[in-house]
Amino acid sequence: MSLRPSPVDHAFRTEWTSLVATLVRETGSLELAEDSVSEAFAEASVRWRTDGAPRRPGAWLLTTARRKAIDRIRRDQRFTDRIPLLAEQIERNADQPEEQLGDDQLALIAGCAHPALNTEAQVALTLRYVCGLTTEQIARSFLVPTETMKKRLTRAKTKISSAGVPFVVPEQSRLDDRVEAICAVIYAVFNEGYASTAGADLVRGSLCDEAIWLSELLCGLVPGDAEVHGLSGLILLTDARRWTRTDADGLPILLEDQDRSKWDQRKISLGLAALHRSAQLPGVGPYRLMGSIAGLHARSRSIDTTPWVEIAEVYGALIALNDTPVLRLNQAVARSWSEGPEVGLELIESLEDELSEYPYFFSARAALLNKCGRSTEAADSYRQAIALCHNDAEVRWMHKQLANLE
Amino acid sequence: MKYAVLLYNDPAKAPEFGTPEMDAEMAEWFQFTADLQAAGKHLGGEALTPTQTATTVQIRDGKTITADGPFAETKEALGGFYLIDVENVDEAIEWAEKVPLVGYGSVELRPIMEFD
Repeated sequence: MSLRPSPVDHAFRTEWTSLVATLVRETGSLELAEDSVSEAFAEASVRWRTDGAPRRPGAWLLTTARRKAIDRIRRDQRFTDRIPLLAEQIERNADQPEEQLGDDQLALIAGCAHPALNTEAQVALTLRYVCGLTTEQIARSFLVPTETMKKRLTRAKTKISSAGVPFVVPEQSRLDDRVEAICAVIYAVFNEGYASTAGADLVRGSLCDEAIWLSELLCGLVPGDAEVHGLSGLILLTDARRWTRTDADGLPILLEDQDRSKWDQRKISLGLAALHRSAQLPGVGPYRLMGSIAGLHARSRSIDTTPWVEIAEVYGALIALNDTPVLRLNQAVARSWSEGPEVGLELIESLEDELSEYPYFFSARAALLNKCGRSTEAADSYRQAIALCHNDAEVRWMHKQLANLE
Repeated sequence: MKYAVLLYNDPAKAPEFGTPEMDAEMAEWFQFTADLQAAGKHLGGEALTPTQTATTVQIRDGKTITADGPFAETKEALGGFYLIDVENVDEAIEWAEKVPLVGYGSVELRPIMEFD
């Protein structure tokens, strides 16, 4: 069996988003676009096998999808006003001019991430319509039954049509806000995949790949937005460590214990390049700052040569944008590396009230206490962390730390 | 598309009647309504008297139950509404952002159900 993707699979990856984006504009309906494009691919998988792939697969698929759309409109008699446009486009065998295609893709991605939708719906819609994942694939990635995801998507589509959510390029005055919403969706997709990727869990790991792909798409669509490039850098640089952050049993490996020679150098250089592009653009936002912290780690050969002072400064800039106790905890940990664990402990002391439900406060404190040689208190702190933590692998890891202390 | 623009606020946060603040806000309401009308988007709208004047009616097991006050006791109460006709939710949001109480209350956009 050949490992090379079939022409249909290849076309799916390269053409799906453009086809859906174009058909959404031409038909005015997300559902109609989805059905027509899916049917076009179904036809391609039969026809291309017998007749061979056409010379221009994208154009073939676009014309076929437009024909399917007309057939569907004729059958259920809605959107009949769209037939002349579709017929004319088929007649002209019209490709999409680059600029129109970019606008259509931005309209699609902005519509899926519309602020009138809840985060769950935004994420599901983006994966289905922009990335082209099937409902089953999305369900598996989110560890929910297919039926649940199907209902979630149906509810989201109902909201779109009944609330009047438009699929149009956002107005210039709103573009920043809307791009921020799109970035939040992409980052949510990434975190969903990254947070619980244990060892060989490729299904959830694929969400990281989708997030990388989405962020690169968005960089092309709004090249002038600093945060978009910052997000791309952040995701790439974080993901470069994906395979070194858990051991064979799925237990987390701390940054200081990771095998840095296994960090993905290709992703690191792409991520640093994205950060560089971000730095050329006006505006400093959280993604660029978080990306630059990831970049400082990525460039360091060891934990001891990591520029902790600079990292603590970047945390300071993040805190200046949005002061949260979790950011203060991270800054304190960074400072503990350069100024010593005693300083770290002193800095986090005042955060306990606000972070009394946050397991990583207690695991961070345990590690600092242990470094100060206060192992009994460290053990107590791990126990508090274990009581609050819901992630199995992390709980097992904390038990292991506890066992080492006792 | 038609939307009901439902205006919620906590009366304790609204300016009091007879104060210069209230006069200023009333001027904003008249202006907002006039803007909606001038743009051809205004289908209707009313302000409601406070919830203390409300009467709630239900029939349970064939018996009418009448109670003083609104159906739901919440801090933010429905204080008025507009009915608007706009292109889509983005345009509805733009109008909602101009509602005088949006800075201290909430504006809920509810699409009107269309029956074929």
